Amino acid sequence: MEEVIAIAIGVLAASGVWLVLRPRTYQVIMGLCLLSYGVNLFIFSMGSLFIGKEPIIKEGVPQDLLNYTDPLPQALVLTAIVISFAMTALFLVVMLASRGLTGTDHVDGRETSE
Amino acid sequence: MSVMNQLIIAPILLPLLTASIMMLLGEKHRPLKARINLLSSLLGLGIAVALLVWVQDQGQASAIGVYLPGNWPAPFGIVLVVDRLSALMLVLTGVVGVSALLFALARWDRAGASFHALFQIQLMGLYGAFLTADLFNLFVFFEVMLAASYGMVLHGSGRARVKAGLHYIAINLVASSLFLVGAAMLYGVTGTLNMADLALKIPLVPEADRGLLHAGAAILAIAFLAKAGIWPLNFWLVPAYSAASAPVAALFAIMTKVGFYTVLRLWSLLFSGQAGASAFFGGDWLVYGGLATLAVAAVSMLAAQRLERMASLSILVSAGILLSAIGFGQTALTAGALFYLVSSTLALCALFLLAELIERSRSANEIPLDDDGDALPSPLESLQPPKGINLDDEQKAVIGQVIPWTMAFLGLSFIACALLIIGMPPLSGFIGKLSLISALFNPQGLGVTPEQPLSLAGWTLLALLILSGLASLIAMTRVGIQRFWTPQERPSPLLRRNECIPIVVLLGLCILLSIQAEPLLRYTNDTAAALKNPEHYVSAVISTRPIPGPTSLNITGQVQP
Repeated sequence: MEEVIAIAIGVLAASGVWLVLRPRTYQVIMGLCLLSYGVNLFIFSMGSLFIGKEPIIKEGVPQDLLNYTDPLPQALVLTAIVISFAMTALFLVVMLASRGLTGTDHVDGRETSE
Repeated sequence: MSVMNQLIIAPILLPLLTASIMMLLGEKHRPLKARINLLSSLLGLGIAVALLVWVQDQGQASAIGVYLPGNWPAPFGIVLVVDRLSALMLVLTGVVGVSALLFALARWDRAGASFHALFQIQLMGLYGAFLTADLFNLFVFFEVMLAASYGMVLHGSGRARVKAGLHYIAINLVASSLFLVGAAMLYGVTGTLNMADLALKIPLVPEADRGLLHAGAAILAIAFLAKAGIWPLNFWLVPAYSAASAPVAALFAIMTKVGFYTVLRLWSLLFSGQAGASAFFGGDWLVYGGLATLAVAAVSMLAAQRLERMASLSILVSAGILLSAIGFGQTALTAGALFYLVSSTLALCALFLLAELIERSRSANEIPLDDDGDALPSPLESLQPPKGINLDDEQKAVIGQVIPWTMAFLGLSFIACALLIIGMPPLSGFIGKLSLISALFNPQGLGVTPEQPLSLAGWTLLALLILSGLASLIAMTRVGIQRFWTPQERPSPLLRRNECIPIVVLLGLCILLSIQAEPLLRYTNDTAAALKNPEHYVSAVISTRPIPGPTSLNITGQVQP
């Protein structure tokens, strides 16, 4: 499972970086989304990956990290998801304002002269 | 003691409460909101000063206040800590915040929606980032601060602001991703996010994981250094800051210092001399990165024409000086850097406010608001008198002209700002630079011969300190001549009382620092000494016990870890 997660994070981050470096604002915003997905998965994987283990203490199961998955990264991921979602929405608004003011969706507000 | 302890959380709660009142009031009642905002900011400044006085009144060892917001013991719950460094930054934030707000009340708060609410949220993020002692909590306060700053940088709207704001937001979102990756890696290696606990765990990290730890710390540092304005991660800063409206830019003068503060705090805690194999990890990067920032910013300054742009570049100059000075890891140098930080932040805040007033007297289309990056500065041919003005005293006596008080005020303030930023005597910028140079030559204090001669990096910093001052001097002189001495008929700008007060106060504080430099120098010396020995900080945080509740008395014995 580690390999699958690692490949997923790598693909998301690589696509995100490529898109962020593109000249159109919509590509940049998609790139930022993909980057934040990759980062969220990364935080999640820091709590050591298990299948079928819970972060909540159960009766009769010894209370150590061998029998449970670490709950802290899950809490961190929740916070990070909320924040990155809000920031993406905010960026979208600024993107629309820029589109309205400049009449182009280029990140510099003007087309490169070719 | 206990009342002061409760006061630690007040700088965060007060702006939050004020901002929510502003949101409830809606878009109407602007004078009322302005009054509440001013009152709240002044109260926040008062609390910050009270915390500073309280921290200073404690002895050297116990000068740390710890507050447990969730009433959980330290490594498990979030902790707020005020020590000398935090208290100093809190007061600085308060002063800058009140000055920017006063200036904004004259005109700028009417330029867009929700200025007052955003302003308070921004203050909350700043205060929170200076107070928190938890890495993830720091991320949350960074995001609060940045979210408000995204709104603030667009305040007043306009093409240049939206364009610069778009870049600013994109860069900071990427930096936030790096922050999360770095924090997650540190958590993965050490199993904790509490800064004090991290300082305890890092010497124990096994050798196999040390590379991962260093990689995590380096990624985290990149996120902070991008905000602190290190070269080459600072290209977003100058367009964003010089496009922002004057009070917002003045408030942003403290924003790069947040990046600097977190680097200093985390580096001195996590990679102190006691960190075993990781001791002083990355110090060289800070030194050389800071030197490169300083050199690039000083050269760019020579090419800048607009005063706002020059002020933004001065921020980079001071960021370069600060980062390279702390990178040496010497107590005396850190103390000098902290003194320089206070003086330069106040002066830069004043310069941003002043820049708007000075440029107001010029017609808007003379120099476009878009960046002037491509054009080189024009020669000073405009000093040639226009036709029809007789300056030749052989033909006719020159008629004396009364200088309007506004121009006199602007000119004198500009000279004071320039002296402070260049670091020329007699103002406090000179004392800051002098203490840095003195600390470079005498790392153990005056009179003690240093064990080894000054390193190459030390000489470079010394040379760049002086050369960057020279570059600022040339650039400031040119702008001063163009703005004040050009013999052109132009109406003297209309100044409001609220616009003059903050500049007078900020410059007055700097002049006070020049005359009474000793208390602050002693304070920054103590601060640097405390940073050098982080065990007091660590033990104060770890040993703080939660307050037992009325019903939990009988089970506290079992919960002890």
